[in-house]
Parts: sequence; structure tokens; C-alpha cells
Amino acid sequence: MPAHVLIAEDEPNIVESLSFILSREGCEVTAVFDGRAVIDKIGTMRPDLVILDVMLPKMNGFEVLKWIKSNPDLKGVPVMILTAKGQDKDRKTAEELGADAFVTKPFSNREVVERVMTLASA
Amino acid sequence: MLSANVVLVTALAYVALLFIVAFVSDRRARAGRVGLAHSPLIYTLSISVYCTSWTFYGAVGSAARDGLEFVTIYLGPTLVFVGWWFVLRKLVRIGRVHRISSVADLVSSRYGKSTTLAVLVTIIAVIASTPYIALQLKAVTISFSVVGSAGNEAVIDVSTAFWVAAGMAAFTILFGTRNIDANERHHGVVAAIALEALVKLVALLAVGIFVVFGVAGGLGEVFAMPGASIVIDPDTVYGPRWMAMTFLAGTAILCLPRQFQVTVVENADEGQLRTASWLFPLYLFLMCCSILPIAIAGLTLLPPGANPDMFVLTLPMAQGQDALALLAFIGGFSSATSMVIVACIALSIMVSNHIVIPVVLRLPVLSQAVSGDMKRLLLVSRRISIGLLLLLGFGYFVASAQSDALAAMGLIAFAGAAQILPAMVGGLYWRSASKAGAAAGMFAGFLVWMYTLVLPNFEGVWFVTHGLMVDGPWGLGWLRPHALFGIQGDDPLVHSVFWSMTVNIVLFVAVSLIREQNPLERLQGTLFVDVFRNPAESEGRFITRSATVDDLYVMTQRILGAEEAQRVFAEFAQRQGATGDMPRPDAAFISHLERLLAGGIGAASARVMISQVVTGETISLDELIRLVDETQQVIEYSQRLEAKSQELQQTAKALQDANERLRLLDAQKDDFLSQVSHEVRTPMASIRSFSEILLDNPDLESERSRKYLKIIQDETLRLSRLLDEILDVSHLDSGQFALRLADVDGARILEHAVETSRGMAASAGVAIDYGPCVEQAPIRADGDRLAQVFMNILSNAIKYNTSEQPRVTVSSRIDGGSYFAYVDDNGPGIPAEDRERIFAKFARGRELTPGHRTGAGLGLSISRSIARMLGGDLELLPEPGRGSGRGGARFRLRLPLRSETAAAAGE
Repeated sequence: MPAHVLIAEDEPNIVESLSFILSREGCEVTAVFDGRAVIDKIGTMRPDLVILDVMLPKMNGFEVLKWIKSNPDLKGVPVMILTAKGQDKDRKTAEELGADAFVTKPFSNREVVERVMTLASA
Repeated sequence: MLSANVVLVTALAYVALLFIVAFVSDRRARAGRVGLAHSPLIYTLSISVYCTSWTFYGAVGSAARDGLEFVTIYLGPTLVFVGWWFVLRKLVRIGRVHRISSVADLVSSRYGKSTTLAVLVTIIAVIASTPYIALQLKAVTISFSVVGSAGNEAVIDVSTAFWVAAGMAAFTILFGTRNIDANERHHGVVAAIALEALVKLVALLAVGIFVVFGVAGGLGEVFAMPGASIVIDPDTVYGPRWMAMTFLAGTAILCLPRQFQVTVVENADEGQLRTASWLFPLYLFLMCCSILPIAIAGLTLLPPGANPDMFVLTLPMAQGQDALALLAFIGGFSSATSMVIVACIALSIMVSNHIVIPVVLRLPVLSQAVSGDMKRLLLVSRRISIGLLLLLGFGYFVASAQSDALAAMGLIAFAGAAQILPAMVGGLYWRSASKAGAAAGMFAGFLVWMYTLVLPNFEGVWFVTHGLMVDGPWGLGWLRPHALFGIQGDDPLVHSVFWSMTVNIVLFVAVSLIREQNPLERLQGTLFVDVFRNPAESEGRFITRSATVDDLYVMTQRILGAEEAQRVFAEFAQRQGATGDMPRPDAAFISHLERLLAGGIGAASARVMISQVVTGETISLDELIRLVDETQQVIEYSQRLEAKSQELQQTAKALQDANERLRLLDAQKDDFLSQVSHEVRTPMASIRSFSEILLDNPDLESERSRKYLKIIQDETLRLSRLLDEILDVSHLDSGQFALRLADVDGARILEHAVETSRGMAASAGVAIDYGPCVEQAPIRADGDRLAQVFMNILSNAIKYNTSEQPRVTVSSRIDGGSYFAYVDDNGPGIPAEDRERIFAKFARGRELTPGHRTGAGLGLSISRSIARMLGGDLELLPEPGRGSGRGGARFRLRLPLRSETAAAAGE
């Protein structure tokens, strides 16, 4: 069964590249462009992994992360933060909120793929 | 009904009580337990020696005869204690630092330790005090006979007065002449005086309360009595006599020997004065309270012709209150005895120190060096002085027994003592006040006082004929005692005070200005005037002299006795760090010794004694001038210091502000860098990711790889734009943003920007229209930068327009010397709360559709900065999409027209 990945990212080019590399590994990719859309869709989609940007319109990635982690229905859905905010304090925030991976932009395609495969199959 | 015996026994019992109090206090003080004696309360009560029998009995008499005039006697000291507190403080400080033993010693010491002045002040004090002492004897005698004879016509019994005088002399000698260092203070006497102060206050208040509530039945009733109209007579208030009496009462509290004794000599620390400055006026007020009711009731209830001076006694007696009358008698007795005792102590110190000792020192026969001989001589001469003073007072009493006005005698004494005031207060504040000036003023004032105020009292005695009073001496009318130079006031007292004080002050100032001070005067003047800055020890700096330590020792033990002299020498030797008990006889030690001796025998006599054993005395004027200069410098220095410290404070504040700003800037910089990093990382992420895809997938179909390469190219361009903007922001922030100003046409630049944007607009499907535009807009600006601003606004309007039929409208106009360019769009518009925020760095609209985030949010910030640098502004107008009703945003760029065109447009 192909892993289902939900990407929240407002940069279309990043969505494009992520879609490309993850599709090639057999993942099914759904992209949304703001934070609110994740909350709207996640319940019906039941993704195997969520990739969140932090600087999202309407609701930022950390808020979305917090919401996911505090929702008992979504227990076991891993979240990967993929952000251009690369400071230690951002990493710390992500960890505290229960992020399963933290990857900074610009990212290595291989690293993203590896992390996604590990998290999605777990 | 009181019998004379009851009164006598009570009085004797009271005297015995005073003895016990004085004795116990003395014993405690000798045992080193001075706690109570140093209390400010005791000190204040002892100052109340001011309230003599004159105030006790006489104030009522004065109120009954002259209305409210008596208030001045309380008003003067109150004004001094409240308003001239600083003078008292200076007096007390000088008194302690220079070991001043009396008011004569103060004046003498200030003016170069002058024996002449000491003698002059002593003589004035003795002459001025004699009527006053007589007055007390008289008061006690009359009151005794009034109380003892049960209200019968008072007879003045000379023998009573004599025994009273003798008793007072005994008490004073016993407790007033135990020590020879006046600065060792008379604890026993002070304690007794304080007790007496309480007794007289209680007694007068008791009579007052009895009159108000026991006789009249309330305060209102008292003032409703017929006598009130006589006492409360507004004519007596604020006239020349009122002023003169207030002045005299004020000077008395400073100059009367007994007041100086209790206020300055007996003062233990300056803190006591702080309490006294409010407590003593309060005491006076309480004393004052009873007087009006007693006077009014006395005038109303007692038969006409009753002596108003005795109302305090006769009123309770007439009401059958014998016990109260007895209490009042004891109160009056207290007032009289306390005054006589303190006055005699003060005067005896002055007589022995300033008259007896100088004479002895000049008699070769008596100047044999025997240990402690001076001490014995001092004590004996003080005891004899006390006896003589009381005898003098007694004699005056006998001579003037006919007159029955107590207050008049008191005022004569006050006016006499006031002659000391100019030299005393002038010496505290005027460095150039000289000995000659002080002597001339005081002597002349004293003579005028004698002639105009004392002499007329003896009309009919000796040469004082009626003719002298009426026609003047030798028939010279302008020399009449009550009308000097033809100026005849209503009142002899005002006349005398006016002339004596005028002559005194004028001569004091004039002679001081004319006559040079000798070096010692100048030194003492400086040390007194600047007492708060110069310790007395600095005297040793100015006087160079030498002596053998043996001579000094022999001299010291003559005055202090061998035991005390040894202690003093050993103590100073220790201070010098010398081995053994004998100090080095250097200038500092000699000055120290002189000051110590001055406490016992007065400054002038101490100087004479020291002069007998020292050689080679010189007073360094250079040093003195340096001292004065130093003082000046210290003042200037402290002023500069103050200014400096204020400056520093301001600098510190400025630094703090700057620091705060820096911290804010630092936080902003961190924020900025973090934003920049974020903005750079985003396109970099695309570039890296797509590069890796292209590298890892060489077999990618060409259409897709072209697309990815295009993305890489776009993102690279976006990155360079971003870097340009960051550089702009950085330059704008640091003020290094350079504008190449030229005369340009704003209308043309706008048009050019619109045409350039058309390509971008076309690809985004946005239509660009012109609204009404001006043909020409002559402005002074940097054309490239202005184009950048226009482009930025236009591209924003194009990029963020999500309308179905996106349209951008450009218009412009000229108004009031400014060129306005408008860019309207029919996009989603910007919420009011974001209208200013979008001009901040890295700010973007919140509701952005994906794919439109191509800028870093710096464009508007940069554009506004540029517009402002060009003297205009860039704003987002509050009424979006004017007339369209569809929202949208409207930006307005304002730029000033070139000045010559603006002027032309204005014509």
C-alpha cells in the first residue's frame, strides 16, 4: 500500500519538487497551501505522514502541529517540519510540540526521502 | 485664709525640693548619668527661664493697663525660634567649638579676644540686669505680702526682700559655682530650672482655667465681661511701641546673659535646639493663654484700684480659693527664683572671667604660680560676685520701691541688653566687623540707652532734676532725654530704642569699615563666620608660637588644678603619639590649651595667660588669606562639582537611552537577519531541490527538465532581487542610501513605469488603464529610484489582484505645490488594521493566494523610505476602490513640485 503524504506548503515550487521526489518513491502526495486546509482535510484523508512548513498563511505550522498532536484521533500520525526557519529555538519549539522530524530548507532530496520513508512505514 | 506662716513654710518646702532636685541631678551628672539632663525637653524647659515673674505677674498687669501689648513679649522670642533658628544654631555651634562661657566671652572672642569688649559687655549686662533682679525681688516680696496678709493692702517689706535675696544667693552659690569650666555645665541648676518652668506653667494655667470655667463659666462668658473692652483694645496693636517691644523681646532671647547661658552654654548638642525651636514657642503660647482671662476677670470682679500686677493672686483669693492662690504664689516664686539664679550664674561668670581675672593677671603680686590658685580665685570671685549682684539688685529694689509697674523695669533691661545685638549678630555673619566698630557701637548705644531710658527713672535723684527732663541739660532743648534732636515720640521706650539702636548700628558699621582689623580679629572673624566649615583646631595653622612644656604645665595647673592638668597633657601627648605624659609644645597644642582654658576663664583672659608664657607669636596673614580663598574655592569647587554631577546624570540618562535604543536595534537586527535568512532559504530550497532532481534523473523528459530549469532560473532571479532589496534596506537604515537628484518629469516616469509593467500585467491577465492624469510634473528626484517606486506599487497591484476581472487604474494630479500619483486596483483590498503594517519590513498581506509570494515584503518599506527621502510620502488611502464599490486598494504617492514651479503655480 503506498504511503499517503499530506504536504502543507505555500511555495508552489517546493510543492512541485516534493511531489516529484516522493511520487518516484511510490508515495501518494496531497498538497495544501495553508494551515487551515490541513485541519480541514486530515480527518478524511488519514495520511501516513504530514509535512508542514512553518510560515503558512492563515494558521502557522506550529499551530497545526500542536493541533494534530493534541488530537487523540490522530495519534500515530507522524509530522515532519520542513522550514526555512532554521534557528535552534525553532527546532526546540518543534520538538516540544512533538514533531517527529525537523528538516531545514534548503533540504537534500535524499534526506527528505529517507525521513519520509522511515516515518511513513513506522 | 492663708497665714504668713503657711506661705513661708510652703515656700521653704518648695525651696527644699529644688535643693533636692538640683543635688540629685548634680550627683547623677557627676556619676556620668546625664541622660535626663541632655534631653531636649529639659533643655527647652530651661530656656523658659525667659518667663520671669514679670511675665508671670506683670503680663496680666500689662494686659489690664495697656491691652494686648503683653503679647509682644511672647511674640519676639517665638519669631526668633521659628524664623531665626539658623542664628541660634550658629551661636550654639560657635559656643561649643570655641568653648564660649558667656555672651561677653562670645563678643570678646569674636573680636580678637578683646578684654575691652568683654569688660564693656559685662558692664552693660550687669547694669541691664540689676533692675531686672530687683524686679524679681520685688515681685516675690509683694506677692508674699499679698498672699500672707490675706488680701490686705500690700506692704513692701524690705526685710522679706533681703532674706529672699540672701536665700537665692545661697542656692546660686551652692549649685552655680561648683565647676570652673563653664562648659562642664550646671546640671543641678538646669534640672531645678526645668522643674520651676513646669511649676510656673501649671500654676498660671490652673489660675487661667479656674477663672474661665470656675468663675466666668466658659470662654465666651469671659470675653463678655465688661473688663474685656479695656484689655482687647486694637489700638495697642501694630503701632511703633508694638514693633519696638516685639524687637526687644526678640533680641532679649539672644542677648540676655541668662538666655545665652541656658541656650548656648548649657546646650549639650544641637539636636536639642531642633526640639526647642517648636517646643519653646508652644510653651510661650501656653503661658500666654491664661493672661487675657485673668486680666479681664480681674478688671471686672476686683474692686477698682486693685493692683493688676497681682491679679494672679488676688483673683483666686477673692474667690476663696486659698490653695490655688498658694499654687499661684509658688508659680510666681518659681519664675523669680529661676531668673535670679541663672542670671547670677551668667553674670558671675562674666564678672570673674572678664573683670577679676584680667586684673589679677596684671598684678605682679598675685601672679605667683601656685597649683590651682586660679581655680580657687575664680570660685571665690564668682561667689562674691553672686553676693554682690544680689546686693546690687536689692539696693535697686530699695531705691525704686515707689514705682509699682513691673513691666517697665523689664523693658528697660531688655533695651539695655539689645545694645549687644549688633556686635553679636553682625559678628556671626560679617567677616569685616571689627573690634573698634563693635566697641564704638555698643558703647554709644549703651550711653544713649542710659540717658534716654534709665536716667529719667531717677528724676529727682542727684542731678536728675525736673528741669533737665523738661528743658534739657544746660537748657539745650535738643538734648532732652525724651526728645533727642527734637524728635519726640509718644513713647519714651520707642524713642530710646530707636536712637540707641540707630547710633549703635551706624557706628558699628561705619567704624568697622574705617578701622582695619588686627590679624587676630581677622582670624577669629573668619573662624566664627565660617564656623560650619572650619574646625576650631585649624586655629593652630595660623598662629605660630612656642613655649616650654613646663611653663605651659605650670600655667594650666594654676587654672585647672594639678590633677586635671596632668590628664589634659597626657591626653594630648597620646594624640600626638608622643611617648610619656608630656606633649610637644607645638602651635596646635598651645591653641588647644588656650581653647580649653577659655572654657574656664574666657577667651580674653586665656589669651593673656598664654601670652605670658609663649614667645615669638606671629599670626600668619598669608595663611588666613589662603583660608578665606580656600573657603571660596571650596564653594566654587562644590558648585562645579554639582554642575558636573548634573551633567554626568544627564549623560548617564542619555547613555541609558542610547543603550535602550541599541538593544532595540539589536533585537530588530536579529529579527531582520532571521527574516532575511528565511527569505533567502526559500528560493534556495527550490534551486537545490530541482538541481538535485535534474542531477539524479538524467533521463527526465526534456519538457519537464526545461520547466525545472526555468524554476531554477526564476528562483535565482528572485534571490538577486531579494539581495538588492536587502542592500537597499540596509542603506536606507544606515542613511547611506544615495539619491542622484535631477530635475525630472514625474508624469513621464510614471508613464514609463506603466508601459514597462504592461508585459507583466498581460501575462497575469491584468488590465492597466489610465485615469485623469497631468501632462507634466516637474519635480526634483532620482529618476531611477522613482521608477523603482512606481514599479513596486504597480507590481503589487498586479500580483496580488485576485479579482475575476483584474484591473489597475493609474491617475495623477497636482495640488498645492505637490504632485500626487494614484494606483488603484480592484483586488481584495487591505484590511484597515494592516494599512500601516504592510509598510513594515518583511510584511505581507495576510490573505495571500499561494504562488503570489514572490517578494520578500521589503518593497513597500523601501518605496516609502524613498518617497520620504524625496520630501513626499507613500500611503495606502483609507477609502479603497473609490466609486467601484468592490474593495481594492488605493496607493497614493505624493512628491513636492520643484520650488520655482511651485512658486509659479502659486501666482
